[in-house]
Amino acid sequence: MVEGRIVARRGLGLRLWLSGGWLCFIAIAAIFAPWLSPQDPLAQDLFTSRLPPFWVDGAEAGFPLGSDSLGRDVLSRVIYGARTALIVAVTAGTLTCLIGATLGLLAGYFRGWIDLIVSRLIEIWMAFPPVLFAILLIAVLGTGLWSIVIAIVVIDWTRFARVVRAETMNQSVMDYVSSAQVAGRTRMGTLLTEILPNVLATIVTLLTLEMGIAVIVEAILSFVNLSISTDAPTWGGMIAEGRTSIHQAWWVLVVPLVALFLTVLSFSQLGEGLKDRFDPVLR
Amino acid sequence: MNTLLKVRNLSARLRNGPALLRSVSFDVAAGEVRGLVGESGAGKSMIGKAILGTLPRAIQISGGEVWLDGEDLLQLTNAQLRQRIGEKGALIPQDPLTALNPSRRIGPQITDRLVHILKWRRSDAEARARELLGEVHIPDPERVVRSYPHELSGGMRQRILIATAFAAEPKLIIADEPTTALDVVVQKQILKLIKEMQTRHGTALVFVTHDLGVVSKICQTLSILYAGKVIEDTDVRDFFKGPSHAYAAALLAATPKFTDPESSLMPVPQSVIEAVREEVAAFDRGEA
Amino acid sequence: MKCGFSLGNWPSMLILRRSLQRILTTFITLFGAAVIVFFVIRVVPGNPIAMMLPPGATDADIDRLKTLYGLDKSIVEQFVIWLGGVVQGDFGTSISLRQPVLDLVLGRLPATLELSIMALIIAMLFGGALALAGTRFRHGKIEAAIDVTNGVALSIPDFLWGLVLVLLFGVLFPIFHISGRISPSLDFDFVTSFYLFESVLRLRFDIWADIVSHMFMPALALAIPLAAIIAQLLKQSLKETMHLDYVTLARTKGYGENHVITREALPNAILPTLTLVGVQFTFLVGGTVIIERLFSYEGLGNMAIDAVINRDLPLIQGIVILFALIFTAVNLIVDVTYAFLNPRLRHG
Repeated sequence: MVEGRIVARRGLGLRLWLSGGWLCFIAIAAIFAPWLSPQDPLAQDLFTSRLPPFWVDGAEAGFPLGSDSLGRDVLSRVIYGARTALIVAVTAGTLTCLIGATLGLLAGYFRGWIDLIVSRLIEIWMAFPPVLFAILLIAVLGTGLWSIVIAIVVIDWTRFARVVRAETMNQSVMDYVSSAQVAGRTRMGTLLTEILPNVLATIVTLLTLEMGIAVIVEAILSFVNLSISTDAPTWGGMIAEGRTSIHQAWWVLVVPLVALFLTVLSFSQLGEGLKDRFDPVLR
Repeated sequence: MNTLLKVRNLSARLRNGPALLRSVSFDVAAGEVRGLVGESGAGKSMIGKAILGTLPRAIQISGGEVWLDGEDLLQLTNAQLRQRIGEKGALIPQDPLTALNPSRRIGPQITDRLVHILKWRRSDAEARARELLGEVHIPDPERVVRSYPHELSGGMRQRILIATAFAAEPKLIIADEPTTALDVVVQKQILKLIKEMQTRHGTALVFVTHDLGVVSKICQTLSILYAGKVIEDTDVRDFFKGPSHAYAAALLAATPKFTDPESSLMPVPQSVIEAVREEVAAFDRGEA
Repeated sequence: MKCGFSLGNWPSMLILRRSLQRILTTFITLFGAAVIVFFVIRVVPGNPIAMMLPPGATDADIDRLKTLYGLDKSIVEQFVIWLGGVVQGDFGTSISLRQPVLDLVLGRLPATLELSIMALIIAMLFGGALALAGTRFRHGKIEAAIDVTNGVALSIPDFLWGLVLVLLFGVLFPIFHISGRISPSLDFDFVTSFYLFESVLRLRFDIWADIVSHMFMPALALAIPLAAIIAQLLKQSLKETMHLDYVTLARTKGYGENHVITREALPNAILPTLTLVGVQFTFLVGGTVIIERLFSYEGLGNMAIDAVINRDLPLIQGIVILFALIFTAVNLIVDVTYAFLNPRLRHG
């Protein structure tokens, strides 16, 4: 229907602007954390513990979003937490994308024993509850940034592999591929120059989605106390602390939760918006 | 003369777009078979949909009247229109492979109207279904009534669709290119069947087709359409003796003849096409 | 409703061959999963034995316990021994909880099953309702609003929804419980671990209400993403089906919009969404791990986290295998249901 297309176009820009806007915002916050934070995120002071945010009675200047049970400023901790979140998002997301998409492309195009192995592996992987697998891996690898990244890659490469493999298989049987092969291109050459560009849109969407997932996994691991370290503030860690004092100081949970919520939402909507934007049919 | 259907100045357009039907008018008497003929995109199917109330969202009716049995269908509410068409109208669709619900058995699909509109009892309706299957020459009606569509061939499914259309003794049936999707041998049989059923039940039929050969076999009157405008409206006999409009004549000449295949493959001359396009454009200007 | 399905109609050879193939791939998958888990956690640093003993334990004590749990043998040997036990139904003994793994796992399984199924039902009801509403009122503000809500619900994982629910209904409007399976004050002797089911069967609706009140928040958190997926897929499928010829034909028979959507389109639109929903359900079950933790719900997932923290190797293995079994069982059920509902497959 003609109308459907027009509506899609109009709503498009808004989604991209909002999600892109938020992500830029926290990127800036992360980069300029030391200048933007009102306090030292690690500074504990029992005299300033459990201060409410500025719009509630009893708030203090210098703690605009309140403080936690140990007197640490919530806003500062959330800003520094953005650093961890974004670093994990970018590194884990990209790495998972590279490994997963590559395996998917190879399996989908060359078929044969590569496909056999990759498909079997995907099936076995689907038998594991992802969170449990992640926790298990962290127990093996120990805490730390690289452990998190490796854990995310290991548990989520199948997301890329599955979808990219299917897409590649679809594209492989199309005429432009056989034309290329008849014209004398090598198989690897065909894969890279003919098929890859057509699968790229899907890969990019999945990449942004994966970044959101990486942030969540890090948060969950922090929540279960298995993340980077107990010192540097992470959103998941703040949420874990906030969960325990939820009745006395709800803001300790709410602030990082809102940050996490908006960030994950933005990553996912960014992917959707990009996909719509670059879909040749809609153009 | 008993005029059942009076279409007057029916016009339709794409929303905020070009005109698709240009002031179409014709009459159909009770028991008469009228052909609506034209090339693809001439608007013939759309007229049928406009009458039945199944136009897609993107197309709106911009003017005209459709009088069925003394009532202007275009003035009715959606609910009223649905009721009227359910009682008095029916459709024989084009593609038998997609026109039956794959999840329902044949029997209930035939008896829908009987049970739902005419409030028949289930057992009576089922008996009627078996009768109808006999009328359309389907062997073993018992088994077919309990079958699912995918178990039957295309030809059989079209017969079932025909039976379904005649089930509630409608006054008017729209047949939307019912033989186009079938192969040639089956086409002949189906056409014969439709004629047979129409004669037996005395139903008025609006037969949409692009094939003048079909028209000659089953229709009594015909309207020729080009770009949504009626170019010629006449009796079938008169038409085949000699059409008055140049475009209609060219169409007739373009119909391949079995007896003289080589010389009979004549396309419609460019001059004729331009002339008829100018006619349509003049009409549009007159409108504006 | 008549059902024309009789075994005589089944192309039995085909079904048999496919079932055998299925069983074979299932075994390979389970075996692969078992191998991976076994070897991965053997690499775990941290000595579970040492954690169990009081600080003054001697090396001899540690060695004795090691032998007791078979940890002194080579990894491959341990695997073979473990596998042998599994085949006989013996999954070993938990190091941290000192009980047979099988008993522990089966004891917690009903809790997780009840939670997952409650979540599934909620998701189907909400998702289905949204899909139907979106189709009924399509091309308008209502459908647009549904699409936006759906988009948000889809993007946010169960963990975050759980936290939101904890805040909303645990703190802001304390209607539901956000911790545990049942109020500690209620004294009731359950025979099975199927609290929800049993309380209904024994007609104790006060207990049942209390349990539901505890389960509702975690189940809802699990359900929201799945409901959104169901709503999106089903609405898409419905809208496509509405364009098909038989739906148009039904309209000419005098049927109204509601009838056409629910009786003509829906039965056909549901089938394609079924397989995808099945896969998504296995993700939901995976989500119970963290949701149970968040809500202190005494289920399999919660026990699993503790098992990892305590390096309880036999228990971890047992739980992982059980999860793998659940996932494969779900896939199997989905396949069977699909074959059963699709008239084309039913009659060959």
